[in-house]
Amino acid sequence: MELLERFVAGDLEAFEALFRQHQSEVYRWTVRIVRDTGAAEDLTVETFWRIYRARERFDPAAGSFRAWARRIATNAALDHLRHARKETELSEDYPATPRGDPAVGREVRRQLRRAFLELPAKYRLVATLALIEGEPYDQIAEAAGISVALVKVRVFRAVRMLRKKLGSFGLEATAK
Amino acid sequence: MSNEQKHLKHKDESELRALLQREFPPLLSTELPRDLWPQMLLRLDAQPLRVPWFDWALAAAVAAILLLFPNAIPALLYQL
Repeated sequence: MELLERFVAGDLEAFEALFRQHQSEVYRWTVRIVRDTGAAEDLTVETFWRIYRARERFDPAAGSFRAWARRIATNAALDHLRHARKETELSEDYPATPRGDPAVGREVRRQLRRAFLELPAKYRLVATLALIEGEPYDQIAEAAGISVALVKVRVFRAVRMLRKKLGSFGLEATAK
Repeated sequence: MSNEQKHLKHKDESELRALLQREFPPLLSTELPRDLWPQMLLRLDAQPLRVPWFDWALAAAVAAILLLFPNAIPALLYQL
């Protein structure tokens, strides 16, 4: 019996093999969304917990395990963004690049960071992946379970919300 | 959307993209620092005991039979 079929049947060894094959990729994907190594580790375990519980719904013939795992990881990360408190979201795991542009003042950066973290989770998800990580729209769409058109709409709205918030702070988001 | 609007939209997005990438550096090459399987095992062990629905149905059926036919209790005990 194939590995995926054994996993669907509830074989723990098969699940362990899949876990070891895919844990790094799930972690890498998750940490790019939540930008917090500790949370990403927890969410990787949470993702595989959800995978294990939903194993009977996985059809090896219908799609790849990798894509399925990424979809579940994206949902887990989205839940995290929805529920995590604002204060704890300011992770220092990945501080801003030290080669700061003097034209972009500390206040602009602080307000930009705050405005970004205040975005609704579903907008923050696509904005992080599209604008920061440079992930192709079709990949984001597949992972989030939405259409490419909707990804574009959410990116557009996220940009508009950020621009509006920065404007309301009396700041111009210029990258000169 | 006119060409000018498209240009402004693209410019807007590019500027914010540059600012955001400066504040939140992309994490393309982040590696998992350790094996998470031990944590996964703990999570699997901690799962609550789940009784399948048909076990509950069977228990309810036996209870109903005993309630309706109390004379069956000695026979059941004898079988046990």
